[in-house]
Amino acid sequence: MTTTAIAPAAGATEPRPGRGLSARLHGAAGALRRSPRMLVGLIILLFFVLLAVFGPLFIHNPNALGTEVLGRPSAKYWLGTTQEGQNVLYQVIAATGPTLEVGFVAGGISTVLSLLIGVGGAFIGGISDEALNLFTNVILVIPVMPLVIVISAYVQAKSLLPTIIIIAFTGWAGTARVLRALALSMRSRDYILAARVSGERPWRIVVVELLPNMTAFIVSGFIFTVIFAILTQAGLAFLGLGNTNLLSWGNMLYWAQADQALTSGAWWWFAPPGLCIALLGTGLSLVNFGLDEVLNPRLRSVRPVGGRTKARRQAAGSP
Amino acid sequence: MSVLQVQDLTVDFAQRRGPKFRAVDHVSFELVAGETLALVGESGSGKSTIARALARLLRPTGGELLLHGRPVGHRGRKLRDYRREVQMVFQDPFASLNPAYTVGHHLRRPLRIYGHPRKGLEEVVEALLTSVNMVPATSFVSKFPHELSGGQRQRVAIARALATQPGVILADEPVSMLDVSIRLEILNLLDGLKRDRDLALLYITHDLATARYFSTQIMVMYRGEIVERGPADSVILRPAHPYTQLLEASVPGERTPHRLDELAPVRGAGGTNVILAAERAEATAATGCRFRRRCPHAMDVCSTHPVEQDLGDGHLVRCWLHDPKVREKSGDRAAPQQSAPSGA
Repeated sequence: MTTTAIAPAAGATEPRPGRGLSARLHGAAGALRRSPRMLVGLIILLFFVLLAVFGPLFIHNPNALGTEVLGRPSAKYWLGTTQEGQNVLYQVIAATGPTLEVGFVAGGISTVLSLLIGVGGAFIGGISDEALNLFTNVILVIPVMPLVIVISAYVQAKSLLPTIIIIAFTGWAGTARVLRALALSMRSRDYILAARVSGERPWRIVVVELLPNMTAFIVSGFIFTVIFAILTQAGLAFLGLGNTNLLSWGNMLYWAQADQALTSGAWWWFAPPGLCIALLGTGLSLVNFGLDEVLNPRLRSVRPVGGRTKARRQAAGSP
Repeated sequence: MSVLQVQDLTVDFAQRRGPKFRAVDHVSFELVAGETLALVGESGSGKSTIARALARLLRPTGGELLLHGRPVGHRGRKLRDYRREVQMVFQDPFASLNPAYTVGHHLRRPLRIYGHPRKGLEEVVEALLTSVNMVPATSFVSKFPHELSGGQRQRVAIARALATQPGVILADEPVSMLDVSIRLEILNLLDGLKRDRDLALLYITHDLATARYFSTQIMVMYRGEIVERGPADSVILRPAHPYTQLLEASVPGERTPHRLDELAPVRGAGGTNVILAAERAEATAATGCRFRRRCPHAMDVCSTHPVEQDLGDGHLVRCWLHDPKVREKSGDRAAPQQSAPSGA
């Protein structure tokens, strides 16, 4: 979706200008009112963040083995138990944190990379820009999943860190292209030229004059990469790459698959982590769509009621 | 006293296909303290390119700039010193202020860059706003560009240009994006500042009337070349170059010196519109006089490049019609110099 966001960015959607703090908050509230998608997305996101932060306080050891094996959801085990008698609910809650960690840390690193390579290249220009752009395009066309699989197979992972780094270094290219295009269009704006005439140093022009006007697109790219990171991590874990003993939703799916939960019909084992991944992805996507709506009025699904009916009446009145 | 001398300024732009495009071709002039030099010409004639080259926003292909008689450096300390001395006001006040920052930010930055201490900064910012008639200054400091009108924005842009206490201001069509009702105000402001601060002003415009009213000298540009220059009144009242006459004739009004169809045979052989056809063929007139395809007085000699002729009083024109030898040969009938009714 980030690619759709770039088209109107050329001129129509001058990023919303900043104001005082209270006005900013007011603006944010207005944006939420205009975009119910964003609101729903943020609620989903908030739910998982709270679950990751406070959930572990209310549960016992998620890896503790129990006597009830492959138990259906019951009053004692809300989401049933695994082949080893572990509480699925506890596992889902304990896995939220690491999953979010992978998503947001990898998303953060790759956003920084895409800023450095995309915006940096656009501003340096010349040969280095050509080289960086070529590099970006190469990364972009390499099929990421096989690459990640190959790298993960080589790296002996004890923690989630190698996975995070691998994802971060493969997931920046799309955002880098978008940000580069945006920076190219913005570097010739008059206020950037005016800053140059004032004698402002190049790095300051980028950081102080340019980036604040690109915030929405950077955030959008970040969210996009977070989704990518979470899905990639789940995929890798499902294939048994990386440390399978760490708890994450992907690893839960791996163990469910390895212990034939799918063939034995123990849906309560694989459905919750799968649904969590889907729900979190949905939430993040909704936030992204919402951002898009706020930036690009033409995409708004809810139009002012009065204007719409009026327009219809006019359309009906004049064949 | 000449502040900035421009010698043989040439700017080429690389084209995807074909040879380089010469946007500015060996242009020389100088900006004098306390005087306004107007640069007029149609879109694409290279006016803004000159401003951008002088503001060091693009690197000229050739030529030299002398600031107070000294050559200008391209980078580092020397470039900063130059930037401090030569400031620019952009055409579009809606684009030249960063939407993310307040008026105060725009004025504080140039001050800070050139080492103004934090102490006393606000006073200077307010003084700058007052000097562009934005009073009370305190009420504007924390405003964002979108809260200001076009005229107010342009005032802020002017104040920003003044912040470094420059000797030269390049005004690239400073009022063309503004409401007609406030154009004069802004131009008067610039004129007043020029007088108070002894600024050398380069005023780029389409508008011949304001060019005459506000400037000491006028240069007329066509396809990267200065075709005519001289004292403002002389150029406007006694235009010597056919292109200047065309510009002059295009201004609607009672005192319009001649009719367009009088100036140029609009219908050519076979009923073709000569002017339109010429405009389309324009790019090919790379040698000789660049205006000859559109010129009603075009002669054989025009395929060679004309040299500047002095008409006296510092009024120079780059046209063969005013070459003594050519005039002799053609029996002096072609020279259109005196066609204006108020002419000498």
